[in-house]
Amino acid sequence: MRTKKLKKDGLWAIFFLAPAVIGLCAFTIYPLVESLHISFTSWDLFSDKVFVGLKNFIDLFHDPTGLKVFRNTVVFTLLAVPIQIVISFFLAVALNQKIRGIRFFRGAYFLPAIASMVSISIVWQWLFNTDFGIVNYVIKMFGGSGVPWLTSTKYSLWTIIIVSCWKGMGYNMMIFLAGLQGVPSTYYEAAEMDGCTGLSRLVKIVIPLIKPTTLYVSITCVINSMQVFDQVMIITGGGPARSSSVLVQYLYENAFDYYKMGYASAIGWVMAIFIFILSVIQFKAMSNDDYSIE
Amino acid sequence: MKRKTKQKIVKTSSIIILLLGALIMLVPFLWMVSTSLKNLGDVFKYPPTFFGSEIKWQNYADVFHTIDFMGMMKNTVIVTVVVAVGQLLTSAMAGFAFSYLEFRGRETIFRIFLFAVMIPFHVMLIPTFVIMRDLHLLNSLWALILPCIISPLGAFMMRQSYMSVPRSLGEAASLDGCNPVGIWWKIYLPLSKPTLATLAIFSFMQTWNDFIRPLIFLNSNQKMTLTLGLYNMMGNYATNWGLMMAAVILSILPVLVLYLCLQDFFVEGIAMAGLKG
Repeated sequence: MRTKKLKKDGLWAIFFLAPAVIGLCAFTIYPLVESLHISFTSWDLFSDKVFVGLKNFIDLFHDPTGLKVFRNTVVFTLLAVPIQIVISFFLAVALNQKIRGIRFFRGAYFLPAIASMVSISIVWQWLFNTDFGIVNYVIKMFGGSGVPWLTSTKYSLWTIIIVSCWKGMGYNMMIFLAGLQGVPSTYYEAAEMDGCTGLSRLVKIVIPLIKPTTLYVSITCVINSMQVFDQVMIITGGGPARSSSVLVQYLYENAFDYYKMGYASAIGWVMAIFIFILSVIQFKAMSNDDYSIE
Repeated sequence: MKRKTKQKIVKTSSIIILLLGALIMLVPFLWMVSTSLKNLGDVFKYPPTFFGSEIKWQNYADVFHTIDFMGMMKNTVIVTVVVAVGQLLTSAMAGFAFSYLEFRGRETIFRIFLFAVMIPFHVMLIPTFVIMRDLHLLNSLWALILPCIISPLGAFMMRQSYMSVPRSLGEAASLDGCNPVGIWWKIYLPLSKPTLATLAIFSFMQTWNDFIRPLIFLNSNQKMTLTLGLYNMMGNYATNWGLMMAAVILSILPVLVLYLCLQDFFVEGIAMAGLKG
């Protein structure tokens, strides 16, 4: 009976899994293996692949540009992620009260999240215009001097960070808000009875209780930041002098501008390993929660 | 009494912070609208004013003359809809197999799917490009659709959702002579509507806003999607900010309308993603 059932379900399983498994093999597993293969070769997309061993990976760590874009990506991540998380957390705390206009605030903060990064970037390129942009106008209004947001090696990466935070904040705030609303009100009441309110309540009760949410937001943010591309491509093009150039952009250039497929694949694999490790940490941490994979 | 004043201070300062934040969020959008209605002379006027000397609706009409906006919109809608339907269908089917059916290798295959969730797609771009080249699908919408038609994350989410459906429901239907397709279609699928909605929203946002795939896989004007079209337009009309802003607004508008109609769906979907991973 048992084996019969297993066999019967087996045929059905093939039916139900076939589309996903075929797709997975063709467009994930095969490309993944193939890109590892390419990363060990020198290949221009047209002639035969030449096996070069680990040369691409070794080159990557001796390539000044490669190191620079790697550094930029890490700096971007280390700045953009904490800024975003802190601001969106406090916005969520502020919004998690009985106040009027909650729908308006929610809508306003989430607006940048629904628009594409491409359109947002085009708008900000105009806002950040050195001579006619409104950002510099406001700075000058308060007595500052105009900042060459797009054309200075000192500020270009900051420009990308500001735009990324501005776009990502509403989305992260929403996730924090959901986490905060998941805290049972009895916890607040108990804290209040013990005279624990305001900031101490925030530190002692709220922050520990929403730790899973914070972890989820943090790791998702880090993973997304490591893959930053659209805004760089449009706002600064990675310049000036590669001051805002990032990993995915360097991968794209090597592959589709210089046709260095092996080198580009090596960049991709280094990035993938980083992200894979982060994802595993995230997944393990989330699995300790109320649901698990088993 | 003292507690009440304290609460009031907290509330008022919260509202001030929120209003300030909302201002930072909305001003770029307002400025975008303002610029889109100005002529070039007013765009480059200093100090800038919110209203120009005329309201230039012509900018919007010009968008349709300078780029094939409707064509791009059509391409984007086709890709987005096909990918969303494909992802929902394949994910729901796989999720059902992983949660309800019993077969050898279930855990192994599921683990491979989990593994796939954690791989960034950039590492697969070059081989995917080669596959599309060999299939002669470069510069076709299929190059955007095929690689995205399955979603390991979607399969995972559907499986998580189906795990909460009591097995007895399916077994009872099975005794009544219902086969697994019927059980899936009549029992599991309707019960997982919230997860399907979340998945649909994620899929929609991802595909609609995708930039790097169109950039790599497409090159002709007839096949262009909105994001790529805007990017190319930027290369040609970079200083005509009135026209550019009008184009950006037109490209955001459909998503905005959808969002305003389905705001609660969006909010709940994202909240669920945060809680469930």
